[in-house]
Amino acid sequence: MWNLLEYAAWVLSALFGVLMVADLIRIDMTYDSELLISSREGEIEATAERHEL
Amino acid sequence: MEDFTSTAAGTDRIRLARVLGPSHVWALGVGIVLVGEYMGWNFSVGKGGMIAGLMACWVAGLLYTCVAMIDSEVTSTVAAAGGQYAQAKHIVGPLMAFNVGLFLVMAYTMLEAANAITVGFLLDTVAGMQGQAGLNQQPFIVLSIMFLAWLNYRGVLATLTFNLVITAIAFIAIIALFVSVQFGASAVPLDFSAITSDPLPYGWVGIIASLHFGLWYYLGIEGTCQAAEEVRSPARSLPYGTMAGIMTLLIAATMTWYICSGLMPWEYLGQAGTPLFDAARVTGNTGLMVLLFVGTAFATLASANGCINDASRAWFSMSRDRYLPSWFGAVHPVYRTPYRAIVFLVPIALIFALGAPLDQVVTFSILSGLLGYTFMTFNMVMFRNKWPLGKIKRGYVHPFHPLPTIVLLVLCSTAYLAVFLGYGTQLSAMMCFYIVASLWFHFRRYKFVRRGDQFTMPWPKPEGY
Repeated sequence: MWNLLEYAAWVLSALFGVLMVADLIRIDMTYDSELLISSREGEIEATAERHEL
Repeated sequence: MEDFTSTAAGTDRIRLARVLGPSHVWALGVGIVLVGEYMGWNFSVGKGGMIAGLMACWVAGLLYTCVAMIDSEVTSTVAAAGGQYAQAKHIVGPLMAFNVGLFLVMAYTMLEAANAITVGFLLDTVAGMQGQAGLNQQPFIVLSIMFLAWLNYRGVLATLTFNLVITAIAFIAIIALFVSVQFGASAVPLDFSAITSDPLPYGWVGIIASLHFGLWYYLGIEGTCQAAEEVRSPARSLPYGTMAGIMTLLIAATMTWYICSGLMPWEYLGQAGTPLFDAARVTGNTGLMVLLFVGTAFATLASANGCINDASRAWFSMSRDRYLPSWFGAVHPVYRTPYRAIVFLVPIALIFALGAPLDQVVTFSILSGLLGYTFMTFNMVMFRNKWPLGKIKRGYVHPFHPLPTIVLLVLCSTAYLAVFLGYGTQLSAMMCFYIVASLWFHFRRYKFVRRGDQFTMPWPKPEGY
């Protein structure tokens, strides 16, 4: 049984890896790079909290 | 385009999803740490005996209570992904921020690798109990990293909800073992006679040496603040989740020491691979054995899961400010996760999990964490000096300042000595690594940093500037 589990673990590992890499490539080819790296720190705080008493 | 946020300038931006509550913060912090109750802490007993193990438990508990208090105040104010990296950037300066970011990434990636190694060890133990000795652990190590990375890739809410469930089960398992043994479910009675017959087998130096592994009870609770940019109300959720987390861990750590020290001789306990699971086996109760095996497996997975979350946020945050190549600072437009950072860190975790011995990986993680705690001490002093109480809004104000800072610094110094006693070479090698990395950042990388854009908190000018 453990031999089968070893094979299953290899197969599942490859599957999760392929799913991630395939999605990464798809997203990178679909969306503009500038949009993907457009996140900026602190934008929410700037509008929602003034950090003043 | 409903997943995007339009700025005042009318441009579309993608940001991390704000979907988490205090329970997820608790799950992140306790999830990373609780594995330390299931394994690792017991080497402190091996270094100095039962009493040294208990003192390491409580002294390290005091250290981490200071960490949690200090971290709660600063992070409830600097609520950004990257946690202590973002704090260092705003309060100390870029070189410190770069180093703190590296501490975080290395500490969490090493811990993730250590957890994956432990999953393989656990399954090997089970296979051995079923007569299948010599299990190939590699596919299970790889699977645990790949599955959790995929989960992290798909979204933070599912990831930390998963962590909440398995962490709660692992915590309940410790309570169940404690209560069951107290009510006589164990075939072997609790025996603390070694406390009087063999109180300090290696003398007082054994207590200092044991502190190294005492950190393992709580290592990683500061990881809660990596979720700062993804919680709905950072000023409330982060202090609440972090303080609830450290209280949970103090209870779990004390119960763990009590049960394990009472059921097993300290000489065995000091070198056991899975002490809580072994304690359950000693009771002779099959139900407890199954429960503690499940608890061990869940605690290990929860820790690896939280580590992937935190390491990727730190890497993402540094890249967003161009401390590292900006390519890693991308957010997935659908899942709203730092997907490139998550994928990039997978092979690094795999290399350490498959190619490095467990104790070296763990020591590197502990040392990186310790450097981070040392940073917190002067970061806190500078924070209070530059922006005194009343100058800016804080979600939480920790009491007795600067006492927790002083206590933390003293305990960090003692922990360095403890690490030096056992792993002096690794300590020196790691310091060299960070010095070389700092030189690279100063001479080759800093020119790419967005110097103006990186300071994002709308604070008034600091005192004295």
